[in-house]
Amino acid sequence: MRIGRTEKIIHHVILVCLGVIFILPLLWMLVASIDSSAIQALKIPEKFTFNNYLGILSDPSIIRSFLIGIFLSGGQSIIVVLVSILAAYPLSRYKPSYKKSFLYTILFLTSLPMTAVIVPVFQMFLIFNFVDKLWAVMLFTAGTSLPYAIWMMKNFMDSVPLELEESAWVDGASVWVGIRKIVAPLMLPGTFTVLIFTYTGSWGNFFVPYILIQSPEKMPASVTIFQFFGNYGLVNYGELAAFSVLYSAPVVILYYLSQRYMSKGFSLGGATKG
Amino acid sequence: MEGTPNISGKKKMSDNIKSSIFLSPALILLLIFFLTPMLLTIVFSFTNLALTGSQAQNLKFVGFENFIQMFNDAELYNSIGKTLIFVLFSAIIGQCFLGFLIAFLMKGKNATFRRAIGIAVIAAWVTPEIVVGFSWVAFLGDNGTMNSIITALSGIEPIAFLFEYPMVSVVVANIWRGTAFSMMAFQAALDDIPLEVEEAAVMDGASRWRIVRNITIPIVKGTITTNLMLVTLQTLGVFTLIYAMTGGGPGNATMTLPVYMYKQAFVSYQLGYGTAISLVILIIGALFSLLYMRFLKVKI
Repeated sequence: MRIGRTEKIIHHVILVCLGVIFILPLLWMLVASIDSSAIQALKIPEKFTFNNYLGILSDPSIIRSFLIGIFLSGGQSIIVVLVSILAAYPLSRYKPSYKKSFLYTILFLTSLPMTAVIVPVFQMFLIFNFVDKLWAVMLFTAGTSLPYAIWMMKNFMDSVPLELEESAWVDGASVWVGIRKIVAPLMLPGTFTVLIFTYTGSWGNFFVPYILIQSPEKMPASVTIFQFFGNYGLVNYGELAAFSVLYSAPVVILYYLSQRYMSKGFSLGGATKG
Repeated sequence: MEGTPNISGKKKMSDNIKSSIFLSPALILLLIFFLTPMLLTIVFSFTNLALTGSQAQNLKFVGFENFIQMFNDAELYNSIGKTLIFVLFSAIIGQCFLGFLIAFLMKGKNATFRRAIGIAVIAAWVTPEIVVGFSWVAFLGDNGTMNSIITALSGIEPIAFLFEYPMVSVVVANIWRGTAFSMMAFQAALDDIPLEVEEAAVMDGASRWRIVRNITIPIVKGTITTNLMLVTLQTLGVFTLIYAMTGGGPGNATMTLPVYMYKQAFVSYQLGYGTAISLVILIIGALFSLLYMRFLKVKI
């Protein structure tokens, strides 16, 4: 559309201003993390330093919280991917009589605010003695992220043509072999998307581990960040910033990777032609 | 001919059995960790469940006592009000409007420029919520970036944003965090509008505002509705951001329903009453969720 010169300039100015506002709070985090005398406000570092990072990385309890975070989020993502592939298969390939109602229920569950169930879940954890058990937290978070994963996985699977599988069955392959050798490899981009999505959501989840895990030595990174605040009053901004950068880095990288998988698209239809 | 219904009946049966086998791991997980908690929410909200004290020993059904208490709980009304304000301003007005504005202004601009602005907006969205909370605590702090800018520009004394304007602070932080979602939704929708349609309107001498009102908005209406539903649902459950920034305070100035639920259940140890509040959140969420599904009109 042809728009006037002045209007175009105004558009650019507004966008640049918004861009600056969006970047400022995060810019502070990046700059303060390499500033030897970081303060609360954004400023040019007097002296560049990696000491903030070294301080974080040499603290065994912080390293442990990162490993626990990787364990919780990684375990949850693997469970979710495996279970949702299995669940998506019949929903995409067979026509069970309850398919429609099942999918509607799943869709309904995806948008419920799960923050709300934490109180009864906590009580449930008390009854079964699950509090402080990492595997139980992992299974709970896997359960809550399952509806969306099944929904996505089913849609991805719908785009894998049935003909490929059928020809494998004709050659004597079982359903199971068909899934493993044909469907799963063709669904790799979709699988990665679900994996990354689940991992990212889990990695950033503060509330669930904050409630369900009580021993400090079992807290994942999302909760240990809290130790920089509150307890002692004085905040080491440099180390807080360095921790935040290290903690945010995995999800930023994963988001970038997921964009690449997404943009590759799902042009699988070509395999049946020609 | 006669055998056909029989065969399809059999096929249906075997389809059901085969499907059930594949679905069983998912069903077990959903049953234990999704549906049980939801049922427990209903059950526990009728009990006097507490974490400490004598009530912790003997769990009793108290009928509608929790709900009667809710009706007389001024703090609950306060929380519902705060939640409405938070959702209305940060999600419905803030994220939706700003997301649309950015997507609209970006349309037809240079690709590199779009990318740069897009990265800035999306970075805020990708960053973990707790980090966002702390970044904003620092940003709005007495000695933070915001105050140093204000002091440099106008020379006035630093403002204690989180104490003097707590609701505005959490609303702005949540807009900042969530706008990317709406922006991406609207970008996709706006890119689908053929340029010719708008060009033709310009040729006819239509004003800019009229084009937006009569062409652009009607075309992206569906996106606006679904986006409104989704951001409302996401914002309804926001806990971490508010908890990190203000803890619901000062006083109860930012005590939205999730924060109030947390306070009742885990600070005052009234799990039964806390669960009754969760039920309220769940019901509001369920209503929006059903509305959303109606608007989405998914084909299954």
